[in-house]
Amino acid sequence: MACLLGKLLWQVFPSFEHNGFICVLVHVTVITMCLAIPAKVVDIKDDSARVDFGEGVLRDVNVMLVKVKVGDYVLVHAGYAINVLSEKEALETLRLWNEILDAAEA
Amino acid sequence: MVGNLRFRDAALAKRVVEKICKLASKAGKVKICHVCGTHEWTITHFGLRSLLPTNVEVIAGPGCPVCIIPASEFDEAIQLALKGLVVACFGDVLRVPGSKMSLLEAKAEGADVRVVYGVGDAVKMAEKEKDKKFVFFAAGFETTAPSTAVEIVKKPPENFSFLVSHRLIPPAMKLLVEMEDLRLNGFVAPGHVSTIIGVKPYEVFPEVYGMPTVVAGFEPLDILFGVYMILRQLSEGKPRLENEYVRAVSSEGNVKAQELMRKVFEVVDGNWRGLGIIPSSTFKLHEEYDGFDARLKYGVKVEHGVDIHPGCKCHLVIIGKIKPTECPLFMKTCTPQKPVGACMVSNEGTCRIWAKTSKLT
Repeated sequence: MACLLGKLLWQVFPSFEHNGFICVLVHVTVITMCLAIPAKVVDIKDDSARVDFGEGVLRDVNVMLVKVKVGDYVLVHAGYAINVLSEKEALETLRLWNEILDAAEA
Repeated sequence: MVGNLRFRDAALAKRVVEKICKLASKAGKVKICHVCGTHEWTITHFGLRSLLPTNVEVIAGPGCPVCIIPASEFDEAIQLALKGLVVACFGDVLRVPGSKMSLLEAKAEGADVRVVYGVGDAVKMAEKEKDKKFVFFAAGFETTAPSTAVEIVKKPPENFSFLVSHRLIPPAMKLLVEMEDLRLNGFVAPGHVSTIIGVKPYEVFPEVYGMPTVVAGFEPLDILFGVYMILRQLSEGKPRLENEYVRAVSSEGNVKAQELMRKVFEVVDGNWRGLGIIPSSTFKLHEEYDGFDARLKYGVKVEHGVDIHPGCKCHLVIIGKIKPTECPLFMKTCTPQKPVGACMVSNEGTCRIWAKTSKLT
């Protein structure tokens, strides 16, 4: 079951997987300012949370701007979580896209 | 692996492109403008322009924060660095040309300029090195401004201050829509700025200017759907505000971040590189936080900056009036290794993205 959920999340948030390499770059020098990267919250302590960017990149980020719990996916920008990603909405987007296309065909 | 990802599903993309072509065949010339460097990256990296019909053009607006900060503000940071203060900044700020030099060149002359991932890291440095004075060069749009606000509210140490150079996107979009010679037909609004500000600030574009506006995400399919939604609105003749990026953008945005920004900043007119003064487009610290304002604390004074160097066409590239390839310096004297204009420096600058990812002919 857990495996299934994981698989689903990769599909829903593909950037989570692919931005692993971007994260590494971010840590070196390339820091662009509108880039936000999805990450999974693994631990929370006060205003700080340890997040997993995938591919072994873990980092403490500030979560003062959002309400999160362990297991949530957050958008991280320059060390600050700026939003909690909604899995429900992500699935809804995929459904909506197909609906738009099907409706246009009819 | 990429092919299996549903947000990058090639089959789905093909179907959207077919729909776009169908709608476009009934439309005249359509010019869509986005205002985000990361959108430009997705469009250019995935070659989305090559999929669109010839009468649908997507242009890049002023979506790169370090490209639009005027040289005078870089000069201020350089002045502080050369005075002996530690200037902490984002990576893409480092090489942007000021009037005479960049922060990187100041570093080469012995100044202490440090690249940080975020303002929090700079604050931690200042806490450790109490004997040095730190200034954080706070660049960025609404996406970045909340992190500055967080640190100000948390009261950074005495030896820390901010050079606030944030800019706001909706006023710049207003400027574009009012430029009659640009003749825009629709806006793809920036996803991560909207994460913070929500969708309300864009309401004015469909309502007052009759401009279809779609907030879109950063996967190639997000952008194709954004273009499709704009074309659909145009064909129906009903311009409205739509949100394609619902998985990250709610209609009210991040309310907590907005409250913090209101608490810390007041909105004032701002100078944009190559564009001049745009009303209500930048932040200034409220009076009670004057103690953290590096400009006041250290009496920085820069009268005029040289925004556009001779021959450089950044001011036209920034508003999408010309393509980077139409600039005479592009990939001749201005390259990612030795940039002349700001657009060639940042990974969000249109020229840099084109230089790195598009086919040069």
